[in-house]
Parts: sequence; C-alpha cells; structure tokens
Amino acid sequence: MKGKTFHFRGGVHPTANKHTSECAIRRFPMPAKLHIPLQQHIGAPAEPLVEVGQQVLKGELLANSQGVISAPVHAPTSGTIRVIDDLDAPHPSGLPVRTIVLEADGMDAWKPAAGIDNPFMRAPEEIAAMVGAAGIVGMGGATFPAAVKLHLAMQQTVHTLIINGGECEPYLTCDDRLMQERAEGIITGVRIFKHVLKPVRTVIAIENNKPAAFAAMQEANRALYKIEIVQVPSRYPMGSEKQMIQAITGREIPAARRAIDAGVVVHNVATAYAAYEAVQLGRPLVSRIVTVTGGAIRQPMNLEVPIGTLLQDLLDYCGLNSQPQRLLLGGPMMGQVVPHTRVPVVKGSNGVIALTATDLHRQESRACIRCARCVSVCPMGLLPLEMAARLNKGNIDGALSYGLLDCISCGSCSYVCPSNIPLAHFFNYGKGEHAARQDQERFNDVTKKLAAQKKQRLTRQAEEKQRARSKSA
Amino acid sequence: MIGAAIFSLTALGAALGMLLGLAGKLFRVESDPLLDEVEQLFPGSQCGQCGFPGCRPAAEAVVSSRAPVTLCPPGGRALAEKLASKLNIAVNLANLQDAPRQLARVREETCIGCTRCFKVCPTDAIVGAPKQIHFVISEACTGCGNCLDVCPTECLALTAPRLHLKDWRWHKPRLEPVCT
Repeated sequence: MKGKTFHFRGGVHPTANKHTSECAIRRFPMPAKLHIPLQQHIGAPAEPLVEVGQQVLKGELLANSQGVISAPVHAPTSGTIRVIDDLDAPHPSGLPVRTIVLEADGMDAWKPAAGIDNPFMRAPEEIAAMVGAAGIVGMGGATFPAAVKLHLAMQQTVHTLIINGGECEPYLTCDDRLMQERAEGIITGVRIFKHVLKPVRTVIAIENNKPAAFAAMQEANRALYKIEIVQVPSRYPMGSEKQMIQAITGREIPAARRAIDAGVVVHNVATAYAAYEAVQLGRPLVSRIVTVTGGAIRQPMNLEVPIGTLLQDLLDYCGLNSQPQRLLLGGPMMGQVVPHTRVPVVKGSNGVIALTATDLHRQESRACIRCARCVSVCPMGLLPLEMAARLNKGNIDGALSYGLLDCISCGSCSYVCPSNIPLAHFFNYGKGEHAARQDQERFNDVTKKLAAQKKQRLTRQAEEKQRARSKSA
Repeated sequence: MIGAAIFSLTALGAALGMLLGLAGKLFRVESDPLLDEVEQLFPGSQCGQCGFPGCRPAAEAVVSSRAPVTLCPPGGRALAEKLASKLNIAVNLANLQDAPRQLARVREETCIGCTRCFKVCPTDAIVGAPKQIHFVISEACTGCGNCLDVCPTECLALTAPRLHLKDWRWHKPRLEPVCT
C-alpha cells in the first residue's frame, strides 16, 4: 500500500522550464519601501491597526482579520508607516486595493518572538489559533486562510492529510528549493498540522521530477513521525487539490463538494513551513520564497522576499535581457497577468515570470475543428469545446449545464488547443458572468424588499393621518 | 321624525354595504396567474425606467407582447433571459450588453434639503430631513433617476460607481471566427 498512487484523468506535460531548481534560495536585500496590501487572502480584507507615521517592528501586527474568513497582516520589516491608501493591486485588472506603505529603517529588528518549544504538548485549538494569528494563508497560490481550513477540518474526522509538494506548474521551483533546503522545518510543520488534525494517514506528495527534494525530505523524516513521503508522476495539474487527492487516495471529490467532505485536508509544503515558523519560532508570515524567472530575466533565481516588495525591485535585482512582453505572478498555466511592475509580491505569489515574445509564441485563434483534444486533457472530465461554444454565444446557462462550475481553470484545454482558442479565458468569463448575475439577483431581492417596505410605510402613514383627522374632527 | 331619518339612512347604508360586499365576492376578477409569476421576476422597485408606470403594467405589456423582454434596464440581461424562457419567446440575447450600473449622487454644495427627492425614491435610498443635506445610500440605489426630475436645484446626478476589485470580472474573449 505504501507509496501506491492512483491515476487521474486528463492532464498535460508542458515543457518544465524549471531552470532554477539548482539555484539556492537567496535572501532578497530589504527594499526601501514595501507596499503591503490588506487583502492578500480569500475573504474579508484586514482592518488596519496602525496610523501613518507610526514606528513598527518586524513581525508587528499591522492589520487584524475581519469576520470568519480573513487573515491578519504583519510588518515584514521594522520601519515607519508612510501611507495607508488605495494602491494598485497585483491583479490583472490593475484596480486599487487598500495598502499600507512601510518605509524600512534598515535595522530589520524583530518584535520579541513568542514561539513555543513543544507544540505537541499544547491543545490543537491553541495551535490552530497561533496559525491564524500569524496570518498564514494557502501558499500554493489559493490564499485560503490556513487556520480557517484547520478549524473546518477539526469539526470533522480527517482521514488523510496531504502535504502538497507537487509544484506542477512549469518554471516554478520555490517549493522544490524549500524542500531541498528546509526539509526539517517542513517536517515539523507537517507534524504540527498532524497534531491539530489527528489524521489516520499523513502523506507528503512530491512530483517525481524533483528527486533532490524527495531525498532531502526522506532524510528529514523519521519513522516515528508516521509520515509517508510519496513520489507522484509529473503531470500537470498534479498540484491541484482535487487531482492530488485522487492521485493519493483514489477518491474523486464530487461536484460542488470540498476536500473535507471526503475526509481529506490538503496543505502546501510552504504553508507547512510557515506554520513551523509561526508556532515554533513565533514568527508571523512576513516573507516567502519566490521564483523569479522567464526568458526576459538575465539571472533567474529563487529569492526569499519580504511581503510587499515591488516587482520592479525584483526585476532590478535579477536584471533584464529585454523588455518583458508579459509579466506573470504565479505559474504560466494559472498565474495572473499583472499590468505593470509597480505592484507588490503578496503571500500567494510563488513566482514572478517575465516572458519574451519568443516564450509566448502567440498565434491568432482559429475556428474550432472539434478534434476533442481539450476533452481528453480536461482533468475534470468536462467538454471544454461545448462550454466555450455556448459562452461565445453568451449562453451562460448552457455552459453551466455542461458543468462550467466544476472547471478548475487549470488551462490544460487552452494549452493543447490546435486552434489557439482561449478556452480557459472563456471559462473565467463565464464564471464571472455567473457570479455577476447572482449578485444582480441578490440586489433585485433587496430592491424588492425595500420597495415593499416603503409601500407599507406610506399606507401606515396615510392611515395614521386619517385617524388623526377623524379624531380632531 | 328624526328617528325615521336615522333608521332609513342606516338601513340604506347597511343594505348597500351588503350589496357591495356580495358584488365584490361574486364578480371578483381572477388575476392572471402568469401575470403574477412574471411580475415576481421583475425587480419590483416600480422605478418606471421601462416607460410603464410600474412593474405590474410592465409585466402586462411583456405578457401581451406589447413590449420586448429586454425592457427592464435594472433587471438587465439576466431578467431578459428569465422572461424569454418563462414566456417561451426565442430572442437572441448574445449582443445584449447590460447597461453599466448608475448611482444617484447628491452634490452637497447645492442641496437645499427640500426633501422632494426622497419622497419619490422607490427604495428609500435617499436619507435626509428638511433643511439638512440629503445623502444617497449606494447599496440601495437602483439608479432609476426619479429623484433627478424633482430636484429644484439640479443637485442630483447619476454617476458610474467606482469599480472594486471584488466586482471585477473577466471580459469575454473576442474571437473572429465563430467557435464550432
């Protein structure tokens, strides 16, 4: 049973381009200014606790979480708060997001740390709260608050805890390097998650194109920890949660259900490492490993970057061969195009990829020839060509009936399409349109209620007036 | 003498009242259930942007095919699709673009606090008091523009709301050749 993996349908083998897997992690020199967005996670934005002009220490709480699904934000270095305003977000829209600008004082002085030596003697609730207070989010790019995931899972029986070291996106090697260099920390982080969730089985899954990372992790693992380290085939999108669960447990997550419904919890290796730093060292999430690469970068490398570093600073440090044609935050398959370089690295940014025109080799899209390659590679078993045809006609309901909401936006269909149809873009559009309609419906319901209330009020007022008149008469 | 007058008038009133009550029961007009269902689909703010005096008359017009299913600007494309499927009307909505949402805004410098605007607001989205500057609650404003017509100082204007990150959506990819 040990080490056995299962098959998931579809998937592609994009050119790996993992040129940086031999590049050791370097600490990025502290930039003069950091732009720290207050929403670096899924959920409600954090609410600032600091004022302009205030001095803060590294690791100090800048903004606290709001509501159930949210995460706090901490100072990535010591310095002075200069601005709290709406600044450009690291997002394809280029729209502003509430951001704190921190001017570094060069001391990089930590706030006194409050780690605990033996987290395995503490209550799981206490540990989960520490993970939440450290502002840890899913560092594979999904940025779902880690503590919320832990809390949801603690209310149910967890059968399998999977630590995702898939890193199936081309170009990216940040998790690979993290596993090679900081395996001990990751294993401790996994043990912390294990202590909180009490799973029957704990598996660290690593794609078989990372033999060095696999060896390092095995070296750090001990038999008594009862953690399995499994090599999984290198096939995109292995690192996607649903596909990873299928590869490890052989179970498929039903449509519109979550992993926890099948008794599985998946965390990224970098999230496990952040949990180790938060719980044992008492350090909140203030930096992350970022792979800076792509044809336009002179010296691609893996950097440990303080959260809030502007992309321009990273590009200046690594040097440019040519002006990048496209700038991506994240991997080339699922990453987000960013409009310009004055946007910061956030908790979920695993890569900065500057692509040249040759990297992109863009071509005009042509008519669909119904070759069904997109159907054979879709890991969710959908019919991308049928959904795209409906969306092209603006028929959202038609696309929904073909399972649009089960699409994980992995981009495998766009990758193989011989006609260069932007299929994944169509599905993003369709999902957005669906969300907009739901918003509109909710708004219409509110309007209806308000109009009815006004009508009621007017009749009541008229009656009261009538009564007053008859009384005085 | 006065007793007879009181008696006759009371009797007359009672008899006529009963007659009216009976007539109301006997000759009650059944409202069209389809009309009720269609009216339920409408936003219900009675804003009048369609050109009809409210959502019920608009529903009547759509059901009797006097108006197209695309008549309601606040309902937008989603409503048009729902109406089309409810009434089994084949329409091509592929090129129908929802009008961008508009919000009323009070210019504080010219507002005299006359209270006229919030009296005509169908959703009570304007708050204020006599001789106080009024204010529009953007979450409740449907952008119907009723308030613009009654403002004596023209201090109200419709403006496009600021787009927030959470409301941003991917645009539709442009394809020259039609896919499949």
